[in-house]
Amino acid sequence: MTAPFGRRLCEVAANKATGGYRIFSLLDRDGPTPAPGQFYMLAGEHSWGEDGGRPFLPRAISVAEAARAKEGVRLDFLVEAVGPGTDRLCELEAGEEVWVAGPLGNSFSTPKQVNPDAAGAVLVGGGIGIAPMAIWRRHLVERGIPLRVLLGFRNQEHSGGLDELFCAGGTLCPDVRLASEDGHAGHQGYVTDLLATMLAGDDATSAVVYSCGPPAMLEAVRALCSEHGVACELAMESPMACGFGACFGCAVPKVDGGYLRLCVEGPVLRGDSVAEVAHA
Amino acid sequence: MPDFCGIQLEHPVINASGTYDAIAARKVFGEAVLEEFPFSAFVSKTITPEPRAGNEPRRIWETPAGMLNSIGLPNKGLEGFLAEDLPRLAELAVPLIVSVMATNREEFSRLVAAVEARDEVAAIELNVSCPNVHSGLIVGEQPSETEALLEVLRPLTGKPLIVKLTPNVAAPEAVAVAAEAGGADAVSLINTLKASAIDPVARAPALAAGHGGLSGPAVRPIALQQLRAVAAVTEIPAIGMGGISCGADAAEFLTAGATLVAVGTESFRDPRAGSRIANELETGVYAAPSRL
Repeated sequence: MTAPFGRRLCEVAANKATGGYRIFSLLDRDGPTPAPGQFYMLAGEHSWGEDGGRPFLPRAISVAEAARAKEGVRLDFLVEAVGPGTDRLCELEAGEEVWVAGPLGNSFSTPKQVNPDAAGAVLVGGGIGIAPMAIWRRHLVERGIPLRVLLGFRNQEHSGGLDELFCAGGTLCPDVRLASEDGHAGHQGYVTDLLATMLAGDDATSAVVYSCGPPAMLEAVRALCSEHGVACELAMESPMACGFGACFGCAVPKVDGGYLRLCVEGPVLRGDSVAEVAHA
Repeated sequence: MPDFCGIQLEHPVINASGTYDAIAARKVFGEAVLEEFPFSAFVSKTITPEPRAGNEPRRIWETPAGMLNSIGLPNKGLEGFLAEDLPRLAELAVPLIVSVMATNREEFSRLVAAVEARDEVAAIELNVSCPNVHSGLIVGEQPSETEALLEVLRPLTGKPLIVKLTPNVAAPEAVAVAAEAGGADAVSLINTLKASAIDPVARAPALAAGHGGLSGPAVRPIALQQLRAVAAVTEIPAIGMGGISCGADAAEFLTAGATLVAVGTESFRDPRAGSRIANELETGVYAAPSRL
């Protein structure tokens, strides 16, 4: 399934605070339903590169959830205001329009596609990186694939999206375990502590690990999986101007030398295909 | 229908080299890329004699009304390009211009001769923003180096030769005159402006290479003036580019002396910017710039 050629305007259906983040929804009348792991290039119709200044380039944002609605596809994005582009996306009000290109990039593979002997999936998300884990978790649940979800946060403020994306009826989904650096929820420490414990036991080595989060966390996940001989897929981030292979900005070093373009060869990469997750 | 060096084009908007990968775009967006190709000719990414991986990241950085890049010309090398990419680019319905770069005249000659032999190619663009390994001088910064290179390459091909001018000189028109004297059929300008940015948090250069090239609307007034200066002293056609993002911008370049315009950075923001700009030019529907 390819994306519609070019960019299109999509209306903002909702935008609300969640912890220190915002979760906003677009109504995409013309695009296909995205696959888990895919992303969109987003730019406000107004106050974006009009009178010069910044923001200028669209921003690559992974889709957190997608649902067929009567008039199109509702796309949910989890965003933290960390610069002029994400500031503007966080300010969007319902009824405003956003330039959208996508869905772009590849998507997660099922555990059996990665390893025919795999029995299930372990999802590891950190901070804003919990977003693509949410849509992937739902897909796996719908297909009856056994899974465990490990989510980590710096603190309460950085656990935005947890309630909307991983809770049902106000209760954390039973397959989800939490870690927080400040100890406000779940294990006090890193989410990779939970993964290390799980991989040290014998219940997870037959699983495939899927992860998205900050580079240091992804690198820890990659290294742990490599150490235990467990296959993993990492949803990565890299500075990206275009999202469709034109700018060559999003280069990620390959394990066998050279670079790949994350937008067209990712954003989901096999852990054993990347040399080391660089600290962007 | 513009005539560019004898090549008939549907409209005057093409892409800047290295800013559109038609093969990748087709994978992402499907056959619509072929059916509704945004440009009236396609300029390839620069091809070098041997494969290049490109520069270490970080490679791009957003700046006010533009961006910096230091991509480092990743490409499959001449053999890989001819074998893998050229057949696929030939499926485009528009004329193909191949951009080439080398660091000495022998290698440049090898590239031009190899591309000359391919009927799929309508014209050749010479990326001369590189040092000559023998003299150490950036070819495109020196009128004498540029003319000498053209004198070597001109006899090797009957296809139009376009010289891509660098803006990083005091007088690009002097280089344009030298290119014309050496037998170039056209010039294209501007390439990116040498520029840098510092990551204020890391207190270090924003790009791994330390510096890069500035593009986007920020460079447009500079590009226009360089185009005017070049057009005033040369007879050969010019392809004007530098921050063109709408029909009105393109009209400025055509008025300043360009035969064609090229779109680069704007395609990153809008994958169909070329078609949009061509349409705005044709219909003349674009806002007059504010004078206040």
